[in-house]
Amino acid sequence: MTRLKEWFSSGRSTGKHTMPFVVILLAITFLASAANLYLPEDSALYVSTYTITLLGKYLCYAMLALAVDIIWGYCGILSLGHGAFFALGGYAMGMYLMRQIGDRGVYGHPTLPDFMVFLDWQELPWFWLGMDQFWFAMIMAVLVPGLLAFVFGWLAFRSRVTGVYLSIMTQALTYALLLAFFRNEMGFGGNNGLTDFKEIVGFDLQADSTRVSLFMITAFLLAIVFVISQRILSSRFGKVVLAIRDAESRSRFIGYRTDRYKVWLFVYSAVIAGIAGALYVPQVGIINPGEFSPINSIEMVIWVAVGGRGTLIGAVIGAILVNYAKTRFTAILPDAWLFALGAMFVFVTLYLPKGLMGIYAQLMAKRKTAKPQKSEESQA
Amino acid sequence: MSAIESLRETFRRDQTWPMLQSSQANVNVDKDVILYVEGLNLSFDGFKALNDLNLYVNDGELRCLIGANGAGKTTLMDVITGKTQCDSGSVFFGQNHNLLNKDEAAIAQLGIGRKFQKPTVFEAQTVFDNLELSLKTDKSVLPTLFSRLSPTQIDRIDEVLKIIGLEQHRFMLAGALSHGQKQWLEIGMLLAADPRLLLIDEPVAGMTAQETERTAELLTSLAGERTVIVVEHDMEFVRSIARTVTVLHQGSVLAEGTMDEIQSNKDVIEVYLGEEQAEANGAGGDA
Repeated sequence: MTRLKEWFSSGRSTGKHTMPFVVILLAITFLASAANLYLPEDSALYVSTYTITLLGKYLCYAMLALAVDIIWGYCGILSLGHGAFFALGGYAMGMYLMRQIGDRGVYGHPTLPDFMVFLDWQELPWFWLGMDQFWFAMIMAVLVPGLLAFVFGWLAFRSRVTGVYLSIMTQALTYALLLAFFRNEMGFGGNNGLTDFKEIVGFDLQADSTRVSLFMITAFLLAIVFVISQRILSSRFGKVVLAIRDAESRSRFIGYRTDRYKVWLFVYSAVIAGIAGALYVPQVGIINPGEFSPINSIEMVIWVAVGGRGTLIGAVIGAILVNYAKTRFTAILPDAWLFALGAMFVFVTLYLPKGLMGIYAQLMAKRKTAKPQKSEESQA
Repeated sequence: MSAIESLRETFRRDQTWPMLQSSQANVNVDKDVILYVEGLNLSFDGFKALNDLNLYVNDGELRCLIGANGAGKTTLMDVITGKTQCDSGSVFFGQNHNLLNKDEAAIAQLGIGRKFQKPTVFEAQTVFDNLELSLKTDKSVLPTLFSRLSPTQIDRIDEVLKIIGLEQHRFMLAGALSHGQKQWLEIGMLLAADPRLLLIDEPVAGMTAQETERTAELLTSLAGERTVIVVEHDMEFVRSIARTVTVLHQGSVLAEGTMDEIQSNKDVIEVYLGEEQAEANGAGGDA
């Protein structure tokens, strides 16, 4: 009986979409990968490597949208600077890939990347040390965004900065990093960023098999992050997070130190963004300061808004759909894309406050209420 | 403060140095007083919201605070619960917990619960979740992440649901409750936290006569085991529950005593009761 109560007490368990989501995601991943690797190129079902890479990119964006949704949809903190964490994760991966080029660069220097030789630097800056080790670079891809989020969140949330002020500060944060990374003296390749990568842990980045593997790893990690986030948000921690979103001072008066909850959720979200960035870079083959641009961070918020904030699935679907639309649109009418994006945001805010998942929930509710009525009618 | 004064302050014989006290120590009520408010001053831009306010509340007492708008009732609660910093004075919970150097969360964990004027519940979550969140447990981040409801806790929630009469609505979203029910849920959230001291701001605002009666019953039943401080404008309600009433006026205590004493107190009649007094006399002084 108590177990039953316990089960009920987890309430409107948000986990019911998790399994179908993971299964569908992994199934599509496997099918697409198999179609790329094992079908001949002239087959109707063949999936080109270009498409695989594109899909992988979408999944990275989906993971990033998940990170934004966790902090915005569940905790009500509108971060307009998540691009910063994404880009920092990306730079960590980029630095590793840069070191992997070795002496195959244009200048053929054994340790220094091309841009440093070009700038006439004699030795590697200290923060590039150790980046030739994959494990070290991956730790950095998680640690650096996490640390930045911790320091930023600790300062902001402890001083009880909320709402628009916080959004503006996050925006300023990513803009400051954009300007910093544009400088050549920073040692991150200036405005060209890091590119011309050759291989990752010994595998050729241009090979189909590497591309497919990266895509599959991205899908797996997305599934894992999704499940873990779902678990966290349906625990009591998640309930506290919702409580903070809806009535922060009330949560304080029942004994929760809301600033700490916000800081740790922010760090978690930043770490996910960092992982997404690290997966993104080997697939698109470049990372430059443009990723820090404030517009990118705002775009992420739009993905979440379109999909439906406050639902993890909504964030994933929103990111994939909007980016697919972007790919198509920019191919047909490159100049019109920003207008379309703006129009979409206005439309969603006005007519779909809960995004696409809101429509889905409405349809489900209608079906539920329609069914009993029908049975009553048939009885009558 | 001169050097000699601060030295004296440091060696006060009735206090232990803060660093020697455990913040988790039980509330010491050897002297039967659970809340000491002494010499509290607070001004907002020159307006004295609290003016040398002194108030002692006994353990297990049900105390009503009344006073005109701006008398400092809510401000006093804000200071006690750590929402507002005061300019000078001291607030002690029991003999050993100085509330002025603690934040809201620490004060809540000591066992001081507060209900606001406007009911604030977590609207997007169920009644059950609301109560679960307010249970008396370790509320730091990691234990909360891995916490599970124990059978005792579920029983406690059921018990509270019964007391506040929301058993039927256990899985309803709190946002869908009526105004009166939200007030009750908020009181339930206080109860679930198992507090020593309850600060209740206008509990019957917007309630029907029947609900008001039930609230009065509940509050009187709580006193004894817990200490309850109620701020209320509804004189009828105060009359029905109060044993001791404190009248605040312009940030300090004007009078204290039973309802009868208060009603015959000259100062009080002058500044506050006025017409109410005449009406009560007409009714034959039934309080």
